[in-house]
Amino acid sequence: MCHQTIGLIARHLEEAGIPTVVAGSARDIVEECGVARFVFTDFPLGNPTGKPGDVDMQRAIVGTALDLLERAWLPRTTVQTPFVWDADDNDGWRDHFMRVDDSNRDALAAAGEARRRDQAAAKADGRARTS
Amino acid sequence: MALTERPQRTTNGRKPDGRRAHRSYLSYIDKSREYYAAHGYPQPYQWAYSHEVAFAPLPKPLSECTVGLVTTSFFEKGREPAGVPVARPKQPYAARCDDALDGLYNSDLFWDKDNTHTEDLDTYLPINRLREFEAEGRIGALSERFYGIPTDYSHRRTQRNDSPRIEEWMRADGVDVAFLVPL
Repeated sequence: MCHQTIGLIARHLEEAGIPTVVAGSARDIVEECGVARFVFTDFPLGNPTGKPGDVDMQRAIVGTALDLLERAWLPRTTVQTPFVWDADDNDGWRDHFMRVDDSNRDALAAAGEARRRDQAAAKADGRARTS
Repeated sequence: MALTERPQRTTNGRKPDGRRAHRSYLSYIDKSREYYAAHGYPQPYQWAYSHEVAFAPLPKPLSECTVGLVTTSFFEKGREPAGVPVARPKQPYAARCDDALDGLYNSDLFWDKDNTHTEDLDTYLPINRLREFEAEGRIGALSERFYGIPTDYSHRRTQRNDSPRIEEWMRADGVDVAFLVPL
């Protein structure tokens, strides 16, 4: 959801004449939303501008975004950085994230019930956004 | 100005390529549809889609531009600097970059908490890296303030309420280009 929110504000700024670049890791959400310039790093959600502690990688990703600001000539320009999250098992984190199978189906259903109760309570006491 | 040096992919000698019956990167739209159906939400979320995309060219060389950072992370409740709204629900905010150097709060946002962490600010809000590029003359300046936008299911609130407020702050701060980082 963060990627959609950022995509929408990027679109607003671009329409207002302010050039934008988005650095993110949820490619489909950003590209469906449609932004001018997107630097995609194929990482688990949480570190779109580089791995923790890896200054060189962070610098390369941020630098690529700056390059894209200068070099893109059409909207919807996506550049993918070359970094791999886990060179030994790069499908492990992908398979694990938001996984649904028989081992967790009941737990997810229960979590959904709890979430709906929380949302109803938040709406009742004014914590939910209404405007 | 030379382009950023291209880093080499590290694969420990293993060949990462091959054949697959599906795309290699995650489709969060597909995954979340199944995930929330399992939570008991029968109607799939309606994601934003647009065919038309605006494109604003750089107004001047990047080395003369002021860059404004936009994040979906917020200050921890009770640790907001002066001028940043403390009330909930969350509202857009503008805050000094110096006030974020100890990190922001994002445990309430949806990211992969099993595989990584956000204890290094520059992995999601690259203030230090952009200040280095500023010192080297690659950008004109990093704006003294950065900008926070609430993650919201409502397209309308993001488009009509939150985005114009952040645009207004950017114009007041003389921001020429926006660098946006979703978590």
